[in-house]
Amino acid sequence: MKTISVRFSLALLSLISLPACAALNVFATVPEWGALAREIGGEQVRVYTATTAFQDPHRIEAKPSLLAQARQANLVVAAGADLEVGWLPLVLRDSGNSAIQAGRPGYFEAASFVNRLEVPSVLDRSHGDVHAAGNPHIHLDPRNVLKVGEALSSRMAELDVANAAVYKAGFRAFAGKWQTAMARWEREAAPLRGMPVVVHHSSFLYLAHWLGLKEVSTLEPKPGVEPSSGHLRGLLALQQTTPARMVLRTAYNQDGPSQWLAGKSGIPAVLLPYTVGGTPEAKDLFGLFDDTVQRLLKAAR
Amino acid sequence: MMYKPFVMAALLAASCGAQAADAADLAAIRSQINEMKQSYEQRIAALEEKLAQAEAAAGRAETVAGKAELVANDASLKVRQPQTSAAAFNPEISLILSGSYTNLTKDPRERRLQGFIPSNGELMPEGRSFNLGESELAITANIDPLFRGALRLALAPDNTLGVEEASIQTLGLGEGFNLKAGRFRSGIGYLNELHPHEWDFSDAPLPYQAFFGNALGMDGVQVRWLAPTPVFLEFGAETARAMSFPATDEAKNKNGLMSAAAFVHLGGDVGVSNSWRGGISYFASQPKDRSYDDPLNGVSNSFSGRSRTWIADLLWKWAPNGNSKVTNLKLQGEYFRRTETGDLVYDTASTAQQGAYRNAQSGFYAQAVYQFMPNWRIGYRYDRLSSGAADIELLNNGSLTAADLPLLAHYAPSRNTLMVDWSPSEFSRLRLQYAQDKSRPEATDNQLWLQYVVSMGAHGGHKF
Repeated sequence: MKTISVRFSLALLSLISLPACAALNVFATVPEWGALAREIGGEQVRVYTATTAFQDPHRIEAKPSLLAQARQANLVVAAGADLEVGWLPLVLRDSGNSAIQAGRPGYFEAASFVNRLEVPSVLDRSHGDVHAAGNPHIHLDPRNVLKVGEALSSRMAELDVANAAVYKAGFRAFAGKWQTAMARWEREAAPLRGMPVVVHHSSFLYLAHWLGLKEVSTLEPKPGVEPSSGHLRGLLALQQTTPARMVLRTAYNQDGPSQWLAGKSGIPAVLLPYTVGGTPEAKDLFGLFDDTVQRLLKAAR
Repeated sequence: MMYKPFVMAALLAASCGAQAADAADLAAIRSQINEMKQSYEQRIAALEEKLAQAEAAAGRAETVAGKAELVANDASLKVRQPQTSAAAFNPEISLILSGSYTNLTKDPRERRLQGFIPSNGELMPEGRSFNLGESELAITANIDPLFRGALRLALAPDNTLGVEEASIQTLGLGEGFNLKAGRFRSGIGYLNELHPHEWDFSDAPLPYQAFFGNALGMDGVQVRWLAPTPVFLEFGAETARAMSFPATDEAKNKNGLMSAAAFVHLGGDVGVSNSWRGGISYFASQPKDRSYDDPLNGVSNSFSGRSRTWIADLLWKWAPNGNSKVTNLKLQGEYFRRTETGDLVYDTASTAQQGAYRNAQSGFYAQAVYQFMPNWRIGYRYDRLSSGAADIELLNNGSLTAADLPLLAHYAPSRNTLMVDWSPSEFSRLRLQYAQDKSRPEATDNQLWLQYVVSMGAHGGHKF
């Protein structure tokens, strides 16, 4: 009996003390910012990513596992711009963790460090799932990644003063590699400039903005509203007058609607990784953009 | 005339001298010109260089100007943003509207849960044909860095206003603690904290109807502590004036703690596709003169003593890759067991008799809700109660017969419910529900509901 209770308390102790090794416990709501925190912090950070590339970031629930992770986080890295409005406020409140409440240094919103596009002039839910703060999928413009990275590294340095130099150096190293890579992507993607595309949801707005793609239409009749057959037929008719070259979707979007349009109109349906982990090639942020550009080029051929 | 040739000669000589001098001079001039040319070329090159520099500088100035414009745009954006959220100090307001059409085969006024002391909660469905549901107005806001406040008003279809919730809660107290005070829904069980618009069926499961009159409300304080563990482990305790059945405290004339609740929740993920939460809860109260009317006999009975309820709950959710948007499955069940010991007063117009009462009652529900395509779900629920065999002194000693306490006669109410709902967006839902209600022995009520539930205003959170 005694050994059992000793074992049990040891097990309990190990449960409690397990995650305390890393200097900074980062809770990232989405894979892209988790990956960025890893690039900057390296060994000094333990990064928990709340969602995967296969989950619609708009439709997450305040799961018990998220609460348990948020309880122990020193820094929450959120996309912001209302992307997580459906679950993150609940998780923050119920976590009982004072360090990560909105307004504290332990709460970081990526979208507040970049210029957001599609800030709606009219706020009305009859227009669908509109984001008052603008389109929140900012990471697919690599220039935004750099801006967010700079802000994130100073935030990490502020929270973990002992390793401030590590984060600064981590960001400098990342930024150097990133700028080189960015020049390469821009060179490679030059033929894509001006190419008309159809997208499932406006998840690729910043990518289109960066590479000069032209978003002709979306499969969703309104943001967050599932594609209907009537709307899809309308898009097919539109293909006659303003033809698009391909249909883009994320890993978490259903493939049915884009396959249907692709099949009927003869243009390729392209799955883009959208975020880190969305395809086997998109292992990190570099892989994400490498694969995105390659898939676009392949479809454009 | 003789001077003429001299002059000529002199001129000639001079010109010859001049010619001789010319050859040397020319060379000098040429070299001078060359020098000048070279120096001019150098100066031109220098000027050209200066020009190029100036042009580059102008270009730079242009890009700088461009950048400045961008920065200015940024700044103007930054300036503009707070203006759009100038109303941010206003509370989040959300409004829930609901209504239904019901078709019942039995008179709704005769509906009761046989064997259970009536909880006096709203018995739904309220009536036949069209019914307006409760309209809920919720107002929440952060009060300051320490507190958050919430008010939830229920506007009943009979034009009465109820305060469902009016509470303050700490914001980031730290160390995993959260405190709440005021009127709130108790954290016991799983469904208790969810408001009717968040339910997967149109009405509460039978155990909630029987044991808490739909939900247990508290006027008191709650403390929760989330353990710093990789699995979700949460403890909670409440002490309160319990608002509803099974506690009563209408006199409000007793100091101290009347009701208390405690709960522990455990949860986590299994792989990326499954998440779960389980819990054990305990609620104890000391009802005093908790009365109920027995319209069949024209008597009013009351109970005083101790009431203790245990609840075990389990919730399991599955979604492929954890993406619930397309398909997902939600399994949920709760088991209740309540023990009541005390005195029962049998009160007619002329006499009042009192005797000991003891009963252990139990019940459970289990349900599955499956989203088979975006926006569409089907669900099945089974509820069952066991009224237990009451140990009633007044019956044992022959003062009364079982016919005098017809509501307490043993029975096991049960119900089967099927539903299908369509949610065109996160904010609206239409539901068709069919229930076969066997809550009383003499009749089976077939209930058909067509219901709408919508929410407006602030985006509520997706509770697990």
